[in-house]
Amino acid sequence: MQLSGNQRLEAYRRMLRIRRFEEEGMRQFKGGKIPGSFHASVGQEAAIVGACLALQDDDAMTGTHRSHGHPIGKGAHLDALMAELMGKEGGICKGRGGSMHLADRSVGIISESAIVGGGIPLATGCAFSAKVRSVDQVTLCFFGDGAVNQGTFHESLNMASVWKLPVIYLCENNGYAITTSLAQSHGQPDIALRAAGYGMPGVTVDGQDVNAVYEAAAQAVTRARAGDGPTLIVANTYRFDEHNFGMVVPGQPYRSVEEVEAHKRDRDPIVLYRTVLLEQGVNENSLTAIENEAAQAVRQAVQFALASPMPRPETLPDHMFNSSLAGHNSFAAKLERN
Amino acid sequence: MQSAAKEFAATAGAYIKMTYLEALTQAQIEEMDRDERVFLMGEDISVYGGDKIVERFGKNRVWNMPISEGSFTGLGIGAAINGLRPIVDLSIASFMYLASDQIINQASKLRYMTGGQIDVPIVFRCCMFSVGSKAAQHADRPYPFFMNVPGLKIICPTSPADIKGLMKSAIRDGDPVLVFEDTRLWPLKGDVSTDPEYVIPIGKANVKREGKDVTIVAIAGAIRPTMEAVDALAEEGISVEVIDPRTLKPLDHEAFKNSVAKTGRLVIVENAHAVCNVGSEIAAVMVEEAFDLLKRPVLRLSAPDIHVPFSPALEKNFYPTKEHIIAAVRRLL
Repeated sequence: MQLSGNQRLEAYRRMLRIRRFEEEGMRQFKGGKIPGSFHASVGQEAAIVGACLALQDDDAMTGTHRSHGHPIGKGAHLDALMAELMGKEGGICKGRGGSMHLADRSVGIISESAIVGGGIPLATGCAFSAKVRSVDQVTLCFFGDGAVNQGTFHESLNMASVWKLPVIYLCENNGYAITTSLAQSHGQPDIALRAAGYGMPGVTVDGQDVNAVYEAAAQAVTRARAGDGPTLIVANTYRFDEHNFGMVVPGQPYRSVEEVEAHKRDRDPIVLYRTVLLEQGVNENSLTAIENEAAQAVRQAVQFALASPMPRPETLPDHMFNSSLAGHNSFAAKLERN
Repeated sequence: MQSAAKEFAATAGAYIKMTYLEALTQAQIEEMDRDERVFLMGEDISVYGGDKIVERFGKNRVWNMPISEGSFTGLGIGAAINGLRPIVDLSIASFMYLASDQIINQASKLRYMTGGQIDVPIVFRCCMFSVGSKAAQHADRPYPFFMNVPGLKIICPTSPADIKGLMKSAIRDGDPVLVFEDTRLWPLKGDVSTDPEYVIPIGKANVKREGKDVTIVAIAGAIRPTMEAVDALAEEGISVEVIDPRTLKPLDHEAFKNSVAKTGRLVIVENAHAVCNVGSEIAAVMVEEAFDLLKRPVLRLSAPDIHVPFSPALEKNFYPTKEHIIAAVRRLL
């Protein structure tokens, strides 16, 4: 199952949308328009997009603190994502989430968790619900190499295996949990081997090759839809920027400048796929058109985000509850005091 | 499917006598009948979760969990987001700590953090064993921790009728609700409505007994020694008003103020440890919102800032007793 026909251009389009969104986001962050911290997915686009393209629109997803790429990879509109980064009322989370939490439910995302490993049980439960309700839906669960060392990884993969849940666990293995390398933190650095301990297939793919990621994910999705249970996919990838934009790491560098530069030069997933597409006979003009379109979409997102108003202070309690307690006598008193 | 109420061949408005634990089971049966999205999950639940439920609903509605409290709690949350209405039975309240990351960081926050894109309609049950030589890791009353978390609703009813009505509200609620059951209350019997639409709203306290001299707010299992103390005081002509908050989050401030407006004196009795407990919160609320109503200082009775001991000799007077409560009331008169 290779990416074929229009899907190939769609893969290129989505990777570029992530790349341009992140580059523009970092400019806006530098310019003071984006508060907090900024976690870019530059370098990891193929791991995200390859997996997302194996899904249907109504499939579900969970992500991580490095959250910008996931919704874009699943097909989200950029406007509300950029507005969220700026803390605006028009943001996808109404300014309540920010950089680490760009969850867009309209494309099936139920969580982007900044508690490392926190989304793994949620994805498992999301798939559990699909199974219990006999709904044809799979859940794609993104997490990083750091999350593999959380208890939630162990507990969740075990449960998914026991009940053969339709979930795909996709590890974006960028080699470093902030500054801590796999060698420093994993007794078994081959993460895919862990799958055997839970009685599920574990595969490792080149995470810079969008086609390879797609193939592995599509196979896992087929397996999940057939009722055969979960798969662990480890996509070996690389984060081109710092853990978060502008982060200064004290002391000796945890990864060398040469290592970073070599990845940027030789392992850029977008450059690699562009070459593949041209080799496959795709017209360069159609790629240029996609590039222009991505740049235009990002420009429009910035305009939308800048024009969107800040949330009004009196909306602070909005979205806390489904079954409202706003009128309750304890709630009102506390708000007044604040 | 035959409704649970019909099992009792009762008409609306009828009552039957049952224990607290039976009322809790009955609430779950009725709600599982009413809404096929409701299901139970927990450790050994198909064995200990109430025979009637397992027999009636079968495996797809009652799920035994592996010993993975942290992640099966998260699994429940994910299922709740995606169309089910789980009742997560965490059994012993101390296990709430294992589940707390998912309850706090995910269940309580996801709705707000996503700007209302996501709902988490889920119930977390746990039981508090106080007294019975369980030692410190099986005897916690951790509700004060969770009261400090925005986005959670917390109930701890004390009568069979109240647990039924509030449990049903919890299951129907669109947000995460924590249910703290005090095992001292499980065997208590009382009249319970057989009406499947009998629900008690979250956030409303109940006046257990009217009185005019002193107000006692009693939490969960503390209601038992409180009622014994109040009966003894009544024989001496001392009239105590007893308030059961029933819901801990949100607390019904008005109910406390209305009562203290009559009595001017307030004692709060509970089995949680003393520091930052419900009593602390109620006392603070009264000082901030109703200071002028108070004729005397607010008193709090609770477990000391010491772990629950194993030996019966040490455990005997660990929690507030009838005698402690009588003494506290006398101090205020």
